[in-house]
Amino acid sequence: MLNIDSLQKGIVIDHIKAGTSMKLYELLDLDKLDCCVAVIKNAKSSKYGKKDIIKIDGTIDINLDILGFIDHEITIDIINDGKIIEKKKLVLPKTVKNVIKCKNPRCITSGEEGIEHIFQLCDSEHHRYRCIYCEQEFQA
Amino acid sequence: MRSLIDPLDLSVSEIDELLNLADNIAADPKAYSSVCAGKKLATLFYEPSTRTRLSFEAAMLNMGGSVLGFSTAASSSASKGESVADTIRTVSCYADICAMRHPKEGAPLRAAKYSKIPVINAGDGGHQHPTQTLTDLMTIRAKKNRLGDLTIGLCGDLKFGRTVHSLIKSLVRYEGIHFVLISPEELRVPDYIVEEVLKAKNVSFEEVENLEKVISKLDILYMTRVQRERFFNEEDYVRLKDSYILTTEKMRNAKPDMAILHPLPRVNEIALEVDDDPRAAYFEQVQNGVYVRMALIMKLLEVENA
Repeated sequence: MLNIDSLQKGIVIDHIKAGTSMKLYELLDLDKLDCCVAVIKNAKSSKYGKKDIIKIDGTIDINLDILGFIDHEITIDIINDGKIIEKKKLVLPKTVKNVIKCKNPRCITSGEEGIEHIFQLCDSEHHRYRCIYCEQEFQA
Repeated sequence: MRSLIDPLDLSVSEIDELLNLADNIAADPKAYSSVCAGKKLATLFYEPSTRTRLSFEAAMLNMGGSVLGFSTAASSSASKGESVADTIRTVSCYADICAMRHPKEGAPLRAAKYSKIPVINAGDGGHQHPTQTLTDLMTIRAKKNRLGDLTIGLCGDLKFGRTVHSLIKSLVRYEGIHFVLISPEELRVPDYIVEEVLKAKNVSFEEVENLEKVISKLDILYMTRVQRERFFNEEDYVRLKDSYILTTEKMRNAKPDMAILHPLPRVNEIALEVDDDPRAAYFEQVQNGVYVRMALIMKLLEVENA
């Protein structure tokens, strides 16, 4: 396995579904950070076979709602002095703002300037979200 | 300050209260002729409408208020590219309450987020039409003396028919409702209504294609028009527009006290001959629409009862 230095203080986003780390990188605006960020793709995983990992060498506020929406199986470890001091648990967020877009051409979000795309969880069992404006279900 | 965007914005007890007020207005309209004196209603209609806009305007005028507004997007600043958010902030400075119809779904909700005055959704695309729902509920209650324990047939375009979606969402809150959903396969109610409203609330329903086979068990038959403006494809519209036409022949098997409702306008889905049938309640529905809008305006403006 590719060797990436252990973090002394930072965040490890682990168990990311293989191939989706760059999407998370963009959604979490990690490109705007000054600190060192490592994106590891296709790391070996005993549970999934392959997984992605993101390591952030610094302390930032992670938008847990985005991560929970994308994949609530992802794990987040907060590192200090080289040790895991906290594991954050992800849940499906009740509301997702400006992460996904409504594709309904009849929806007000398709024509109104400056409007936020807001989706609400309508069925947690099947991870279904609906646009708050037109109630159309989000389709990936 | 409250708005009415979705029919479920009102609780069952608030709907009862509103329908009681509407009944009182219907019994003595003159007693309410000046309850809104000095108040202004803005009708913001980005899409053509005869009935709903005139009904709102008549409601406000009946109560001594005045009206202003526009009846097409072309005659508003929307034609110059103004957003709904900006338009409502402007209109908030001119009027005390507004009714908005917009082809885009969710536009009234967007408006309500920026408005300083109550916003009433007067129809947003194929989505919701809560004041039509109040009209329908008032008419059903007037005809059957109850809103529960009814077999209700909804017939025609159940996919794009916003009045149907709003009515189903409202009626599932009453006990003992059985829905008979009558439509061609292409125009069935959307999945989310079936999954998240009917099945989620354990409401009894059946989906059928043949009106004649089920008409005898209905207490209410709610007819709808197949709406040309909801289709992207003209061929689909032409193929489906004549799916159901109610005639005196079909009415022979209906219960003697079944009531026929229709949100109007109709094209040809109810034959003119049916208008003379005492079970035809759709013009009474139009009259009720004015009374229930009067009651709603009073409630949202927090106007004292007469």
